[in-house]
Amino acid sequence: MGGGNNVIELEGVAYSYGGAELFAQLNLSLAPGSFHFLTGPSGAGKTTLLKLCYGELLATSGQVRLFGEDAAALPRDGVAMIRRRIGVVHQDCQFLDHLPLSENVALPLKVAGREDETDGNLDDLLGWVGLKAQANQTPPQLSGGERQRAALARAVIMSPDVIIADEPTGNVDWEMSQRLLTLLVELNKMGKTVLIATHDLNLIRTAKNHVSARVLRLKDRKLQLAGAEL
Amino acid sequence: MRFDPRQLLDLIIGDPQADRAVPPTGFTARLTVFTAAAMAFLAVFAMALSMATGRLADRWSEELARTSTLRISAPADQVAAQTRAAIAVLETTPGVAAARALTPDEQRSLLEPWFGPGLPIEALPIPQLVEIIEDGAGYDATGLRARLQAEVPGAVLDDHTRWREPLISAAGRLRSLGWFAILLIGAATAAMITLAAQSALAANAQVIRVMRLVGAEDTYIARAFVRRFTSRAFLGALGGTVIGMIAVAVLPNGDDVGGFLTDLGFRGLGWFWPLCVPPLAAIVAYFATRAAALRTLKEQS
Ligand SMILES: Nc1ncnc2c1ncn2[C@@H]1O[C@H](COP(=O)(O)OP(=O)(O)O)[C@@H](O)[C@H]1O
Ligand SMILES: [Mg+2]
Repeated sequence: MGGGNNVIELEGVAYSYGGAELFAQLNLSLAPGSFHFLTGPSGAGKTTLLKLCYGELLATSGQVRLFGEDAAALPRDGVAMIRRRIGVVHQDCQFLDHLPLSENVALPLKVAGREDETDGNLDDLLGWVGLKAQANQTPPQLSGGERQRAALARAVIMSPDVIIADEPTGNVDWEMSQRLLTLLVELNKMGKTVLIATHDLNLIRTAKNHVSARVLRLKDRKLQLAGAEL
Repeated sequence: MRFDPRQLLDLIIGDPQADRAVPPTGFTARLTVFTAAAMAFLAVFAMALSMATGRLADRWSEELARTSTLRISAPADQVAAQTRAAIAVLETTPGVAAARALTPDEQRSLLEPWFGPGLPIEALPIPQLVEIIEDGAGYDATGLRARLQAEVPGAVLDDHTRWREPLISAAGRLRSLGWFAILLIGAATAAMITLAAQSALAANAQVIRVMRLVGAEDTYIARAFVRRFTSRAFLGALGGTVIGMIAVAVLPNGDDVGGFLTDLGFRGLGWFWPLCVPPLAAIVAYFATRAAALRTLKEQS
């Protein structure tokens, strides 16, 4: 069926935090190099669905395949390896609060033993997200928007195959959200697969001018292709 | 848990930046250093005790095994004759290397600690003592007693076994107690470091989450904690050991008195043993922290 080519694949997936299922019989395939938005009302399960896509949560039924491997069958270090191929921007951007921003952004490289790649990348990236001046500040000293930009920089510093971002523009102004979008679009043009959860419809409209993005809508326990109404 | 020497090497030289990921926690750090120091100090004393009692037991069993005493109590005019007769018997006894009557001066110096100097020993009805030095195999005490009874009625043979054996076994037991104490100190250190590591891991749950998020493997996360605790335990133990060794070295030295308490110290190569304490503490901390970290990380996932 050729599904093995998809970087992320969900097949008949359901998830519940113990109570009722948030969604069920959900299918999703992200082809390499594709650009997807995930929208839906608050509480629909967007964050949960993204967590399934990078192996933080395991589906309660159905199968999640990451780079062709069954997420439920991955050994512990296998999960770590998957994380290095998927850059994630968490909704509640989490950092090591005692380390300066620059070290936080470079952490994925350090953890992977690729610190030597830090030098050039870090400066460019901090420039892109407009945080050069804040490089030596610690995360608690930053504003919410600055933290989101930093989280995005950290997610892409490894040049991962897939970038998953949960409301990456939630706290930044319109101009900065355009900049972040441009960064994601550029990465997508380099072949990276991008999946962004957002309820910012303006952002989606702008993106569609630059990239052929598909918009998925999570609502009433189902995932549907949205389009016309945007 | 398997021990991989490469991991230990990696721990010592690999990625010295890894532990920066874990924020310094002043309290557990000081607690670990202090406990390691206190435990090392105690371990040094337990070692000194073990070695001193070991030396004592060896000396007693060696020196005392070679000698025994014959006591001759007889009316004053018969003492000299009986002494000669006893020595004659002893000289023909197999296993006796030499036998010699103590001079009045020697007898006086034996009593001096009790009666003070200038004791008019000739005027007192003090028994004559004969020192017997055994050769390698020793003599048959029962046979010798029988012969003495027949030929020297005033002689009583004291082969020292009566009071020597319990002393030697007590010294031996004290030595094993010392080593047992060292084992206990090691186990208590491991337990303490496990608790401190667990509390550090719990306090850093957020750090661990972030490290996981960016793709850190369990061993990488564990290493940050392991390095911390290993180096703290080593430094603390080093301090405790140095203080302990100084304390042992400045104990009053009383070779002339020869008592046990004044002999508590290290001799020659014995000084090497306390130096093993800091590396041992580091090894204990390494395994205790590693086990605690890997277990906690597995539970948290
Ligand atoms: N850790 C959790 N335990 C229990 N319920 C949760 C947990 N996380 C989220 N939920 C619930 O699951 C639902 C979906 O949450 P989420 O995936 O964050 O939605 P969205 O990102 O679309 O707003 C919400 O009702 C939320 O309360
Ligand atoms: Mg959400």
